[in-house]
Amino acid sequence: MNSMVDVLVIGGGVAGMEAAGQLARSGYSVILAEKEPLTGGHLKNWYHLFPDRRDGNEVGEYLDNLVKNKNIEIRNNTCITGITGRKGKFTATASDGQVVEAEAVIVATGFDLFDSRRKEEYGYGIYPNVITSADLEKMFRNGSVKLADGGVPARIGFIHCVGSRDEKVGNLYCSKLCCITAVKQAMEVHEKISGVKTFCFYMDMRMGGAYYEEIYREAQEKYGVSFIRGKVSEVSQGYNGRLVIKAEDTLAGRPLRMELDMVVLMAGMEMSDAGEILAGKSSLRRGENRFFSTADNHTASNRSNMKGVFYAGTCTAPMNITESISHARAAVTEVVSYLREKKQRDE
Amino acid sequence: MNKFGFTLSVPRVIDYDKNDRSVADLIAAKEPTFRLCIECGTCAATCTAGNFTDFSLREINVLLRRGENEAAAEKINRCMLCGKCILVCPRGVNTRNVLFIARETLSKTNGHERL
Repeated sequence: MNSMVDVLVIGGGVAGMEAAGQLARSGYSVILAEKEPLTGGHLKNWYHLFPDRRDGNEVGEYLDNLVKNKNIEIRNNTCITGITGRKGKFTATASDGQVVEAEAVIVATGFDLFDSRRKEEYGYGIYPNVITSADLEKMFRNGSVKLADGGVPARIGFIHCVGSRDEKVGNLYCSKLCCITAVKQAMEVHEKISGVKTFCFYMDMRMGGAYYEEIYREAQEKYGVSFIRGKVSEVSQGYNGRLVIKAEDTLAGRPLRMELDMVVLMAGMEMSDAGEILAGKSSLRRGENRFFSTADNHTASNRSNMKGVFYAGTCTAPMNITESISHARAAVTEVVSYLREKKQRDE
Repeated sequence: MNKFGFTLSVPRVIDYDKNDRSVADLIAAKEPTFRLCIECGTCAATCTAGNFTDFSLREINVLLRRGENEAAAEKINRCMLCGKCILVCPRGVNTRNVLFIARETLSKTNGHERL
């Protein structure tokens, strides 16, 4: 299958859908290539979104409606593995042999969640009641938070910075959203299980978004979530089957031991495998954090080192949904200017 | 009249300007990862010495950085140099070497004869 369009958008998550939708609204023809059977990306897995705890499906529906446009051809199960070409025309190849030709490209390959098994000392994949933040979202969606044996947890600990800010796993950067996710999830746990006790183990509380600090406050005031400043060094299982964590309560200046029924690991964001493959088979540059590096941190955060290839969303850095959508719209502005200027030159 | 007056208590403030922070500088010069500590306490969480005595490498780190050298010197020999802290430090601080150099530097510094 060979086709020529104005813009190829690689990745049908939040940023890719937003970019494709906005381009289509402006009359550009778009192919939206998504490696999975369905578009929607990670958003499909989130139950309620911070800061307002609205249902993630609402934003999903907005995006679904946005890409229902005659100018967009969605190609699911299409993993673009390489881009070649120069200004003017790009040829992208997919893993199944499809070829797409486009005048401009938006890379929106997003992020992968950190594989928490790599942080062996936390026991994910070893102890059944050690789960990830993504697993907990699934439980919320399914309606109940339960232990592996079906019991109701009385005490839940949230470990921040799993796969972020950790030289031992090769990720020096902060994933930025895990703190607020932990606070949100702790509050939701209280709504599902009355009388539950929740504890967030943090290094720094990074509440740097609109209404994040207010949620943090609400978590203390309304739900009684406890915040303990210390990174957990290990999770193990006690003789009674409960999980045991070790941390230093750095503010009290003493080691702390605690039994918990469930431990939730706040998994960070990493450059996606799909992005890695694409980077390997194109000349797109990556930064030290392995995400795609933009032409300029401040003034050209949507431009790549290939003229005519642009970035949208978390393929460049961890972002929340609001930021992904804004970044995607900014990418559209860049693409529109680029295509207009190109057309003028060609005439 | 000599019964009149105030009892002068030594203030417990960290007198940052008066304190000697050269020990910390010397440690950092020999082991630059000393500067990377963010006081997360993972080292202290895993520490066997800290489980039984008042010893926290995180605390030693901050004391040295503030020039509270005597307080650091008092606790620093409780470490058994097992190195578990190196395995867990998320910042890649060479914790055992920091401690080793700190001991050495403090023992050479005036006023710390106890070492």
